Amino acid sequence: MSDNQHDVEHDAHSGTQTTGHTWDGIKELDTPLPRWWLWIFYACCAWAVVYWVLMPAWPALPGLAGETDHTRGLRDHSERANVAAAVADLQAQRASGFAALEGASIEQIENDPQLLGFVRAAGESAFGDNCATCHGAGAQGFVGYPNLNDDVWLWGGSYEEIRTTIRFGVRTDHPDTHFSQMPSFGRDELLSRSEIADVADYVLSLSGHEAEAEAIAHGATIYQAQCASCHMADGTGDRLQGAPNLTDRDWLYGGERQQVIDTIYRGPFGVMPTWEDRLDAATIDALAAYVYLLGGGESEGAANGPTGR
Amino acid sequence: MSEQQKHAMAAPGIRQSKAEAVNAADTRELYQKREQIYPKLAHGKFRSLKWLVMAVTLGIYYIVPFLRWDRGPDAPDQAVLVDFAGRRFYFFFIEIWPQEVYYITGLLILAALALFLATALVGRVWCGYACPQTVWTDLFIWVERLFEGDRNARMRLDKAKWSFNKAWRKLGKHTVWLLIALATGGAWILYFHDAYDTLANFFTGQAAPSSYLFAGVLTFTTYTLAGTMREQVCTYMCPWPRIQAAMTDREALNVTYRFDRGEPRGAHKKSESWDDRGDCIDCKQCVAVCPMGVDIREGSQLECIQCALCIDACDDIMKKVGRPTGLITYETDDNVERFERGEKPRYRFFRARTMVYATAFLIVAAVMLGALVNRSELELNSQRDRNPNYVILSDGSVRNGYTLKVVNKANEPRIMDLVVEGDPSIQVRVLGAPEGDPMRLDIDADRTRDFVLYLTLPADAIDGPREELRFRVTDRSTGETATTPTMIITGAGE
Repeated sequence: MSDNQHDVEHDAHSGTQTTGHTWDGIKELDTPLPRWWLWIFYACCAWAVVYWVLMPAWPALPGLAGETDHTRGLRDHSERANVAAAVADLQAQRASGFAALEGASIEQIENDPQLLGFVRAAGESAFGDNCATCHGAGAQGFVGYPNLNDDVWLWGGSYEEIRTTIRFGVRTDHPDTHFSQMPSFGRDELLSRSEIADVADYVLSLSGHEAEAEAIAHGATIYQAQCASCHMADGTGDRLQGAPNLTDRDWLYGGERQQVIDTIYRGPFGVMPTWEDRLDAATIDALAAYVYLLGGGESEGAANGPTGR
Repeated sequence: MSEQQKHAMAAPGIRQSKAEAVNAADTRELYQKREQIYPKLAHGKFRSLKWLVMAVTLGIYYIVPFLRWDRGPDAPDQAVLVDFAGRRFYFFFIEIWPQEVYYITGLLILAALALFLATALVGRVWCGYACPQTVWTDLFIWVERLFEGDRNARMRLDKAKWSFNKAWRKLGKHTVWLLIALATGGAWILYFHDAYDTLANFFTGQAAPSSYLFAGVLTFTTYTLAGTMREQVCTYMCPWPRIQAAMTDREALNVTYRFDRGEPRGAHKKSESWDDRGDCIDCKQCVAVCPMGVDIREGSQLECIQCALCIDACDDIMKKVGRPTGLITYETDDNVERFERGEKPRYRFFRARTMVYATAFLIVAAVMLGALVNRSELELNSQRDRNPNYVILSDGSVRNGYTLKVVNKANEPRIMDLVVEGDPSIQVRVLGAPEGDPMRLDIDADRTRDFVLYLTLPADAIDGPREELRFRVTDRSTGETATTPTMIITGAGE
């Protein structure tokens, strides 16, 4: 295969010396590395030494490098410290916005373009981190989790009321939490299945759905006996008791007949956490303003707004 | 024998140069080390023209950042400025926003078409005179000549052993090269920040890090490309030598050796008749002055940038031997063949190729000019919220959310009125609108502002899954108006 030649042989065409290895008559050129490549390589080696001295580089024996397990380098560089500093920087930048938000009324927020922009950005960010899991990224809600864009507010839709709801939550252990409880009419056998179905038919008829007249009439009787104390005789609900309006188009637990039957059967008990302990007051302000300004905030609702004409 | 007598004589009093076309395609090899080219200084009208073009182009490059243009108190007063931080491009009276970058596209198309047209008419004039690679290489060779002398002196110096004389000349040359390179990179950054401030800040270490980065990179590239790489950039790196073959043709004026006149070439002896022989005395001065290391007598070739310095060199010799100048000249391939057949030359500058290029140039220029003249200082864009796509309210009415982006390119603040064109029953709410004036939009000068809008369509007005709408804003004082189409999604029928 290969025959070692001690005499240095030069390739006739390129003038480059050969390695002396021959395979099937093909000789291998011993082309030197390009100079520029070599110099870059040497420069990299030199740079590596500089880097070891300046930056964290080597694993260190316990106790030799303080609390870390590696050499710290002369620059004492730490990405953890950098992140902490960057977060502190960010908070410092946001501080003026949060300071302006403190004590501002919703009218003041809306009429100050800078504050409005800040609230929408800060609120959207906090909403995405804390609220979107249940209420959806666009606050559109899901079955059992209210849509925050619309004009239905069981616990009040003013800036102040929204803030209170966020602070104390719904049906939590907090003494100031919002609370209401609908009986589990089916599970606790307060009503039979057919009675529940008739009540559902009656309730749906309040918002224009059709059903057998007999069922509606029967359901109406049961409704007046079992439901009217909270949801009112005409079905418009009572916010003080946390009883939703049953005559509108909004259904927190779904507006299909089967969904309404299920709701009556089990008596829902939706919970929203108390956020007061988890978020600071400024963040709660921003969240409340953000939610209010999604378009459904009460007392300035779109329905009462000016027209385009 | 003395050193001088070793040279062959091309004609009485004219020594033949030993210059070889080291960069010609058939002499260079890819495995071979590059052979240094030592272009000799030429004298003549094209050399003078090239000095002039160099002065003008370098002058433009270095002076333009310092020109001022008053745009009012809130805008920069630099005539030509690429303001990345403010997201604006200023060019004298033109101000371009990022979304109008198509003006720059148009400008590049115009530049390309102008290049095509010039090439079809007079060959590679861009390469020969105006390309930065040519201009800076020419400048660097001038510096080289200043320190090391002309061609022969430079060759001797490179072959000589290291001495104090060689050391200071080399050191001086590279120092001046680096200074020019730094000035090149340094001027580049002046186009991106205020020139006067940047100049002051640059030397006190207070300029932006990007300024130092780009100045450094351009210093390096100028030094290597114009100082050490030179003709290799044109021969190996630049795509234009390959493309230009498609732009030029047999009727384009190119730097051409008149082989009809020159051949057969050979040394001319004293009192030898010029009959039955060519005018070319094979003195190789055309090769000696060539910065690209080619022999123009081999015909047009990729490596030749058509700088016309060989014309100057040859004309010089022709005058000395008493023959007419123009043995190497701007001529078309067709005409050289006509000369050989004894016909008269014919020049056709109006031919299909040039007409197509010129027409395309004029059309693009007209479109660009029209766009620039009709450029609106008011723009309107809207984005409908998609999450949620629509909101059904308790009474069955439907609300959509929108972000309305109003772009005010004027240097005056505007007060605008918003109108929603479409279903008249739609109710509009603008977040943050002043009380009592709910459709008023205020925008600062030279700014874009986003407005949050909610449109509500009453339940009884819903008659389909969507309705087409249009936002219109009108300036209260100037009456300028802008519209943007949109729609309201009702979700009906889902």
